[in-house]
Amino acid sequence: MRELELYFGPQHLGMVGNFSITLNVEGDRIIKAASNPGYLHRGFEKLMEYRTWIQNFTLVCRINVIEPDSMELMYSMAVEDLAGIEVPERAEYIRSIYLELARVGSHLFGLWAYANMLGFDTVANWAMYHRDLILDLFEEITGARVYHMYIWPGGVRRDFPKGLKDRIVKTLHKIGSGVPDYDDTFFNNRLFYDRAKNVGKVTRKQALEMGAVGQVLRATGMKYDIRKIEPYAAYDKVDWEIPTREDGDAYSRIWIVRDEMIESVHMIFKLLDDMPEGSVYNRIPNPFKWNIPAGETYVRCESSRGELGLYMASNGEDKPYRVHFNTPSYSHGLTILEEVLKGESVADVGNIMMSLYIVAPEIDR
Amino acid sequence: MGKPSIFTPFKAVKFLFKKPKTLRYPFELKEPAAHYRGFHLNDWDACTGCGNCSDICPNDAITMIEIPEIEPELGKKNERPQIDYGRCCFCGLCVDVCPPGSLRLSRDYIHVHFDTGTFISLPKDDKADKENFVPAEEYSVLKASLTHRKQDYEGFVSDLDYTLFDPERVPMPEIPPDVRKLSFVEQVIGYNREEARKEASRCLECKLCEDACPAHLKISDYIKAIYEDKPDESLRKIYEDNPIPSMCGRICMKPCEDACSLSIRGESLSIRWLKRYTADTIADFKKTLEQKPVEPIGKKVAVIGAGPSGLSVAYFLRLKGYEVVVFDNLPGGGGTMRTGPPLYRLPLEGIDKDVDYIASLGVDFKFNTKVGEDVMFEDLLRDYDAVFMGIGTTVSRSTRVKNAEKCTLALDFLRDNKIGEKRKIGKEVIIIGGGNVALDTARETLRLQNMQYPNEGTVTKTVSLEDWDEMPGSEEEITESKEEGVVFNPAWGPKEVVLNEEGNIKGLLCVKVKSVFNEEGKFAPNFDEEKEMLLEGDMIIEAIGQGPDFSFIPAELLEKLEYTERRKVKVDKNGMTSIQKLFAGGDIVNLNLDAVTAIADAKIATEGIDNILFPH
Repeated sequence: MRELELYFGPQHLGMVGNFSITLNVEGDRIIKAASNPGYLHRGFEKLMEYRTWIQNFTLVCRINVIEPDSMELMYSMAVEDLAGIEVPERAEYIRSIYLELARVGSHLFGLWAYANMLGFDTVANWAMYHRDLILDLFEEITGARVYHMYIWPGGVRRDFPKGLKDRIVKTLHKIGSGVPDYDDTFFNNRLFYDRAKNVGKVTRKQALEMGAVGQVLRATGMKYDIRKIEPYAAYDKVDWEIPTREDGDAYSRIWIVRDEMIESVHMIFKLLDDMPEGSVYNRIPNPFKWNIPAGETYVRCESSRGELGLYMASNGEDKPYRVHFNTPSYSHGLTILEEVLKGESVADVGNIMMSLYIVAPEIDR
Repeated sequence: MGKPSIFTPFKAVKFLFKKPKTLRYPFELKEPAAHYRGFHLNDWDACTGCGNCSDICPNDAITMIEIPEIEPELGKKNERPQIDYGRCCFCGLCVDVCPPGSLRLSRDYIHVHFDTGTFISLPKDDKADKENFVPAEEYSVLKASLTHRKQDYEGFVSDLDYTLFDPERVPMPEIPPDVRKLSFVEQVIGYNREEARKEASRCLECKLCEDACPAHLKISDYIKAIYEDKPDESLRKIYEDNPIPSMCGRICMKPCEDACSLSIRGESLSIRWLKRYTADTIADFKKTLEQKPVEPIGKKVAVIGAGPSGLSVAYFLRLKGYEVVVFDNLPGGGGTMRTGPPLYRLPLEGIDKDVDYIASLGVDFKFNTKVGEDVMFEDLLRDYDAVFMGIGTTVSRSTRVKNAEKCTLALDFLRDNKIGEKRKIGKEVIIIGGGNVALDTARETLRLQNMQYPNEGTVTKTVSLEDWDEMPGSEEEITESKEEGVVFNPAWGPKEVVLNEEGNIKGLLCVKVKSVFNEEGKFAPNFDEEKEMLLEGDMIIEAIGQGPDFSFIPAELLEKLEYTERRKVKVDKNGMTSIQKLFAGGDIVNLNLDAVTAIADAKIATEGIDNILFPH
């Protein structure tokens, strides 16, 4: 059969945009896939070298549109580490609650994209609606819906407003009450099972060799989560489980997303109950005279898509010397995707890509 | 787990009978959150035009625009921020760095227009801009734009707990009141390196202080040098405008700190103490400054009085190559600084350090030389190319009430205690006056009492015409005097010094003051003659003001000397008096009566002398 080269994206119904894959196909089978990132390249890492420490705080969130909060956390943790700034305990709790809310919001967004891809528009719209409820909470906490700019070096930017706890609980209960509907319509849907089961399989060996993290790795049975391995914020102060699956296919990955959301909600309830009183911000030095001592650091956290790392170096000036993000979509989108697509059908490209939870802006930074 | 059923998804059919969740914009609106980060609001009355918002903006979206209608005043520029909404990312850093908290974000966020020029806006708030801010009932989202906004729609506002500047200053280590009142030990200990650097790091570099400083010191630069741990650089910056940092670092009236943008909602930067830190840290000014006077230009200037203005004129002229001779009747330099501020505020070493440096540049100091006796004023005027007169106000005024001749005059008292023999003090001393000289006198009295009559229950009290709210003494001095145990009697006026049979002071008869100033704001005390009080005391010191001593000027010349309405020596833009070749500055010229204004006068006179001797 004749081998064809097929361009999948950036303008393609099955592509969320800003990314493309060049496929070599023979009939319906993919022989070779090559990822093309760069459509959204904004040069953040370089830009950050030209901005002061405080100005970068407003920039980092833009690296990932879907979950800006873990980027804020990474930057703050790196600056705190380099500059030796302590974070108050209450701020650590707030960070954890806020990041878990972000995880739920991000997963709902991911679910929208995935369900949409498979044609489950009803579920996709529910997910979008529920994500909006989370954004309402963010708007109340931070003053903005998408680019929150809330976690900053030294703690968080403002304390939780009065009565927020009740509203978080109410919102999460509202979203939680939709879980049976999601299950009936999507997770326990025969169509989803048939489309996703045994599709886009990543073995444990492949996952480890190619640097898979997050759901991709956990779907192969690895209990790997930075929140457990190297607890940050208040994650060591609360009990929770890492959801895993064994099969390593798209079906497992999406089920993990569902289970993680439920786990996050439970975690938020516990953190809200245990949250101590006190200040939430240790004042950073005057931003106009803020030189951070020379040094380098690497910090990491578990974003909604997996391990996120940040290397940052200072040479003692008022701006970072070098910033480098290690993002989960990078390995998932560039290495694993190319490998996994081999032998799959063209109809499953979007399915597999979305199940790997690839967020293009995260690759282009 | 087996394969799921194909029928379960049909349960979702029930949603067909539910109401939709989507809001039908613009008929159904969603209210933004209480702290939403939308368009800016700026309270023009509170805004100081400091420009910190513009400096911190990550996108260069804020430009400071000069507003000609606004009068610049102490601590306020006539600039206001203008926002380019094509660049603004609504991060709110400008709000968190705004020292007065005038800049806020509202909950408005919609602007639709065909002209991109309208995206540049000079934000005001609903208080000042009634036209573009409409009441909620008149608001329509269809018209929503930067020119159609809701009143009372404040969103993200500044909170002092979360500001990017530090409103609290590093406390200055001081000797506690109960210890310091026992001796003349210097009260303020001074910052150490860490403290100074931490305090210097608070500076936002907005330079409002530099506008407020009469001598326009490069405050922001020398503070930055302290922060960068470069005291040498700091000293060089100070000496560009101020040749007496050890003195000013201790006794400056610091108008800069009143203008400091941090003082609006917090404590101002300790600019004076930081200057003192620099001056005290550098042991050898000469080595650090490496200043060499330029080639001699063959002109001679005589300076009468080695006070702040005289020293400054000598310094600035010497650097221009003039030959300068300074005459002073005191045994050392400093003038009023040498005789006035008590030792616990300004020790002699601080004065001599500054004077010695100026002398090392080649300025000829003739101390113990009284103009009018040892050298004649008219000779100076004849022999020199110019004469600068910075003689200060050296004669204490008296209340001239009955028996006032029995009282002690404050300036004589202060001078003797500082550079002469310490005075014998009374056990119950009354000081008349409410200004800084009166407070210095009171605190000095207290110390002398504690030294001469330890544990004998001595009393120091002041009596002033002014009530607490209008007392001319600085707040700092009043607080410290109270801490040390000075008793205040505000709003009482002296009527008569009461004597006992032996003719010694028994007390001061006072009458209640109704008001000190008349409706036009002029000094015209009004007394309630019926309310009298006898303050008991065995010694009375008058500290109600002082005047200059022009007795060294021959009568025919003195007649030519013109004065302003406020009885100050009149000088022109060159600092020259109505007598040709005679320049003047300092307390005889300005109304501020402080060292830093004297330096400012000296700068004017220096330029003036240069202009007149070398017309361009």
